[in-house]
Amino acid sequence: MKPLGDSEVILQVEELKVHFALSKTFFFSKYLGAIRAVDGLSFVIRRGETMGLVGESGCGKSTTGQAILQLYRPTAGRVKFQGVDLTQLNDRKMRIMRRKMQMIFQDNYASLNPRMTIGESLSEPLGVHQLATGKQKVKRIRELLEMVGIPPYFVQRYPHELSGGQLQRIGIARALAVEPEFIVCDEPVSALDVSIQAQIINLLEDLQNKLGLTYLFISHDLSVVRHISDRVAVMYLGKIVELANRTDLYKRPIHPYTKALLSAVPIPDPKVEKLRERILLTGDVPSPAKPPSGCRFWTRCQNSTSICSQNEPEFKEIEEDHWVCCHFA
Amino acid sequence: MSFKTSLLQVKKLKTHFHTQDGVVKAVDGISFDIYEGQTIGVVGESGSGKSVSALSIMGLIPSPPGKVSAEGIIFEGQDLLGLNDNQMRGVRGGKIAMIFQDPMTSLNPVLKVGWQIAESLRIHLGMSSSKARRRAIELLKMVGIPLAEDRVDDFPHQFSGGMRQRVMIAIALSCGPRLLIADEATTALDVTIQAQIIDLVNRLQRETGTAVMWITHDLGIIAGLCDRVNVMYAGRLVESASVEDIFYRPAHGYTLGLLRSIPRLDEDQKTRLVPIEGTPPDLIGISALCPFLPRCQVAKEVCATQIPEVRRVAEGHNTTCLVDLRSYWRE
Repeated sequence: MKPLGDSEVILQVEELKVHFALSKTFFFSKYLGAIRAVDGLSFVIRRGETMGLVGESGCGKSTTGQAILQLYRPTAGRVKFQGVDLTQLNDRKMRIMRRKMQMIFQDNYASLNPRMTIGESLSEPLGVHQLATGKQKVKRIRELLEMVGIPPYFVQRYPHELSGGQLQRIGIARALAVEPEFIVCDEPVSALDVSIQAQIINLLEDLQNKLGLTYLFISHDLSVVRHISDRVAVMYLGKIVELANRTDLYKRPIHPYTKALLSAVPIPDPKVEKLRERILLTGDVPSPAKPPSGCRFWTRCQNSTSICSQNEPEFKEIEEDHWVCCHFA
Repeated sequence: MSFKTSLLQVKKLKTHFHTQDGVVKAVDGISFDIYEGQTIGVVGESGSGKSVSALSIMGLIPSPPGKVSAEGIIFEGQDLLGLNDNQMRGVRGGKIAMIFQDPMTSLNPVLKVGWQIAESLRIHLGMSSSKARRRAIELLKMVGIPLAEDRVDDFPHQFSGGMRQRVMIAIALSCGPRLLIADEATTALDVTIQAQIIDLVNRLQRETGTAVMWITHDLGIIAGLCDRVNVMYAGRLVESASVEDIFYRPAHGYTLGLLRSIPRLDEDQKTRLVPIEGTPPDLIGISALCPFLPRCQVAKEVCATQIPEVRRVAEGHNTTCLVDLRSYWRE
């Protein structure tokens, strides 16, 4: 693993909150509370590392990614990228900052314009940020396609002519067009078949080594996150419950939710599977509009006592770079 | 485990779709058996024919454009292909039940779930409305839905994804099927909910002795659940073996490639994945040679000339691969 402990902090998230207001009627809007999609996250990402963000659907992991890029303006808290507080920037200044920070999406068929050829889609960011014109632009597009392993004649093609794996490569090329330093990868391999998944994971790893990229890798697939990440944060109902380097998190999980989550993932090995014990969580994830009092996990936690429903546990560092949010940690 | 009685025998099943561009051979001559109480896994990538083969057995392929032919689909001694629509309706949902990936689209959004469970009880078992309702409540309790007496009158949108899948399972099991086909039944669910659903199906299978066919792309689920595994690629059954043989002694280039390309939760150091390069073939005008040949990492010269036939590797272990893969086996 890369020595990251002393490398520069590229992104700092402090007490980030994203709430979506709930209103009853369209005309006479009445405030009825809020969906607390992200409710107080703090973490740092260091240059050159891959930070994994895992959790179940609705835990706020994608909202976190979008709030970092200011695609949702945070309700509270700060996002500092290379020391600049992004929450204070206006839209015009933010657009300039986005050259350094890009996003890769799950569904590239939906994120590419169906009426634009691949070449046109790739030339757009180059034009917006005035990075290349004329012959230079053509050359740069070729270079980008080569980087993601797509033959150059694909510039003439339309998104519907491409397979899922090829579309994801184009999505990556488009993000790379502006030479970013930081990329939010939001479920980039979830829609792909396993054989194609491995191609894209390897591509992301190669590009990171070659271009010195920093990733925030958002996924619900714990095996993929373990494979690609240096450090991993586990989210539950808008909060990070545990954050540690990948070896510690997967080998010595401390938070009961992390333990249950890891035990629920099937391992493709029949002998290993036969010996495993599952921690079965009962019930469903509570609504983020009415999160439980105290620790958000107490309603489903096997170890919960009265303190858990009364006091909110602190997010504390229990050993070096291993953070847990549990009363019993 | 040994399985004595054969429940379903599929012989040379072919499902072809006639389209403007040509004939899509979605399933191209697959044969397999399912025994009483067995759990069989079907793996393969999207478009490999896993779901189409299940729908063909159920008689749910629309014709045209689809055309299902086989030497026989024998279920409990009866050839399903010879049944008329009415007789088939008696089998489907009764003796053979199916659960799908997306419970929201398979449940009727304007009918109460209790009514939907009772419907199959009334049709297949001829129960009276009140008796069917009581049974529906019992079934909801059995699949672990709390406050079943109240929830029986709720609509599908009032349930979460995992709960809806439980309702689907209650409907599927309502008439005591001998074979349950689960088609990517947990793919849309979160892992903790997936674990609940798998646990539930396992428990119900132990109690009722139903055979289960799990169609999934998740090799982890296969490893934990199945006795036997069928591996499909481009509409063909490329390997069929016990779960241990598939994972430790794979005998097809595709199975081997699949196993090497997945990241594992229990991997120790950061190893590089070995992806299967390229993309699956177009099923129109596909050659008779091995369909995996262009992507295969272990292909030999013979693969480019010889048409693959089913070959026995060991007792109960069949493959269509022309290459001997024994040097890749691990114990």
